Amino acid sequence: MLQTEQLTINIGPQHPSAHGGLHVEAVLDGEVVVDAIPHVGYVHRSVEKIAESRTYAQFVPYTARLDYLGTHLPVIGYVQAVEKLAGIEVPERAEYIRVIMGELSRIASHQLFIGSLAIDLGATTGLLYCMRDRERIMDMFEMTSGQRLLAAYMRIGGIAEDLPPEFLPAVRSFVRDIPKMIKEYQGLLYGNEIFQARLKGIGKLSAQDAIAYGVTGPNLRACGVSYDIRKAEPYGIYDRFDFEIPVGSNGDAWDRLMVRNEEIIQSGRIIEQALDQLPEGEIRAKVPRVFKPEKGKSVYHRIEGAKGELGYYIVSDGGEKPYRLHVRAPSFVNLMALPLVSRGGLVQDIIVNIATLDPVLGEADR
Amino acid sequence: MQKIETLFVDLSNWFIAWLQSLGVPLAWADAILLLIQFLCIVGIILANITILIWLERKVSGFIQQRPGPNRLGPHGVFQTVADALKLLTKEDIIPSKTDRLIFITAPILFMTISVMLYIVLPMGKDMQVVDLNVGLFFFISLGSLTTIALLMGGWGSNNKWSLLGAMRSVAQMISYEIPLALSLMGVVMITGSLRLSDIVAAQDNVWFILLQPIAFITYFIAATAELNRGPFDMPEAEQELTAGAYTEYSGMRYALFFLAEYTNLVAVSALLSTLFLGGWQGPWLPSWLWIIIKTYLVMFLFMWVKWTFPRIRMDHLMAFSWKVLIPVTLVNIVATGFGLYIFKGIGG
Repeated sequence: MLQTEQLTINIGPQHPSAHGGLHVEAVLDGEVVVDAIPHVGYVHRSVEKIAESRTYAQFVPYTARLDYLGTHLPVIGYVQAVEKLAGIEVPERAEYIRVIMGELSRIASHQLFIGSLAIDLGATTGLLYCMRDRERIMDMFEMTSGQRLLAAYMRIGGIAEDLPPEFLPAVRSFVRDIPKMIKEYQGLLYGNEIFQARLKGIGKLSAQDAIAYGVTGPNLRACGVSYDIRKAEPYGIYDRFDFEIPVGSNGDAWDRLMVRNEEIIQSGRIIEQALDQLPEGEIRAKVPRVFKPEKGKSVYHRIEGAKGELGYYIVSDGGEKPYRLHVRAPSFVNLMALPLVSRGGLVQDIIVNIATLDPVLGEADR
Repeated sequence: MQKIETLFVDLSNWFIAWLQSLGVPLAWADAILLLIQFLCIVGIILANITILIWLERKVSGFIQQRPGPNRLGPHGVFQTVADALKLLTKEDIIPSKTDRLIFITAPILFMTISVMLYIVLPMGKDMQVVDLNVGLFFFISLGSLTTIALLMGGWGSNNKWSLLGAMRSVAQMISYEIPLALSLMGVVMITGSLRLSDIVAAQDNVWFILLQPIAFITYFIAATAELNRGPFDMPEAEQELTAGAYTEYSGMRYALFFLAEYTNLVAVSALLSTLFLGGWQGPWLPSWLWIIIKTYLVMFLFMWVKWTFPRIRMDHLMAFSWKVLIPVTLVNIVATGFGLYIFKGIGG
């Protein structure tokens, strides 16, 4: 057998497919991957420490910068955690609007997932198609909050402002167009032989390993585990909606893509139901500007983020600022499975694995 | 009409006559004409590439539902000029740990080889710089030399990404050289000649794309790989190897690689139209316009493929060449042989 020297190459932190500051140390034997070690921390902004010097309300916009691709979801997670901590009741209308915005964020995040996967595979056009459709969601965010990417629209006890009149028709027409979008992705990407060959059977993760590694979200569901916090432990008003949890069977890159693709459709269903049930009324509960939760009280609240289980652990010391805040970032946990799925594959598969594990480095590094 | 058709031929004849009237011997006049022809080729290449890069951006913009360059000049036609100027004025960086000689020669070699391809291409009726009797062979053998330039660039850069890119390009070129040459065999068997002017003449009645449709497809695929274009752009593979063999290059050296790739693209498209689409033959329009139209149509096909397909994986690429393309081309050759035998049997 021919002996070859092992080659260590650094993929990132400056690399076209590094997804914003990820550094993967890849040990290669020819083109075969011996190991792929992710090094995180390049986008570390000490969000958790900042929380300790801000009041509960002041910290809200920082959370939008965690998972900036599905921007409303981390904010919803945070405000719900604080509401749980302080025992605040949220008005019905605000709950529904949160669901609509959260699911729109999920769709935006998944569309960007498909787009970035396409460009990582060299199909530049796929990215542009997904970006075009995501743009409509960004426009809706702009309508409601004036901000496109980092819309900190949620407030503790409700939302910032009521929906503008042009918002509802825009959402309706977007939801109606979802099947058309999926069909276009199908035609351009999923149906392509090369695209399928690049994804099927790549980066296999068994259900057992996924659970052992703490992988959550679409990545876990792709392994065949039907676990979605919206169903398993409904938060907010998610128990009122009828939707399915798409699951994969092989846990490979293709399943991870397909699960997300199906989730776009399911999120569309949730939005449709929320639009139909949307009540009139208050949008924000009366919350004092400065409030002090009980001393020693702590809460862990988790929601189904776009990337997986997004949890906030908040400890109060009776002051107006949290004593300690911890974010359970799904991107970080999911990324740790990268060596496991990459070993034995090819260099090109590392790129596919990074893209399909879908880490957002802002969230992983916090 | 006849005037336009023979415009360039008349021009060169007139030029030689003029030189002779000045008392220059014929051999010298021919040599001077050859020099001018070479300069014309370089001019054509540069002009073509300027249009081509703009076209590529516009086509990709069209496919991706965006306008493409539209700031500089009408529809952004001067964008390429601006880019070329920018690359020309950039600082010339040679990283300190490189193998200087190899690093510097690689882009020059690449460009030289690409320009040489044009010598044998018939650009119109009686418009060919050198009508070699092994024209096709010359084209294929020179085309495969570009790998060496890529390997030099990858090795000389002293960068792991570059080396990986260069290795891939060598592996790819070795595998795709075979189906590339084999798929042309059918055409050569029908014509009985490697001379490109003979091949064009043989397509008087019917284009070879109709007689050799499989060869056209296999050659198109192999040529895409040969040109390092998507979905076979392994040596560059932006999303994986940053820029592959070109990672360490910047400024004009990078531009040379870039230009050479497009030069190759034009040459291969022109060859494809020569071999399969009847070359410069066509009704109404002058012959040199026909070859330009056909070449641009083929180039559009290359662009279309590039901007819609994802990149294939390296091992699939090799498997595809050895397990699919080569058997198909071999079968095509055998079928062509039988066809010719039967045809000759009937026709006498």
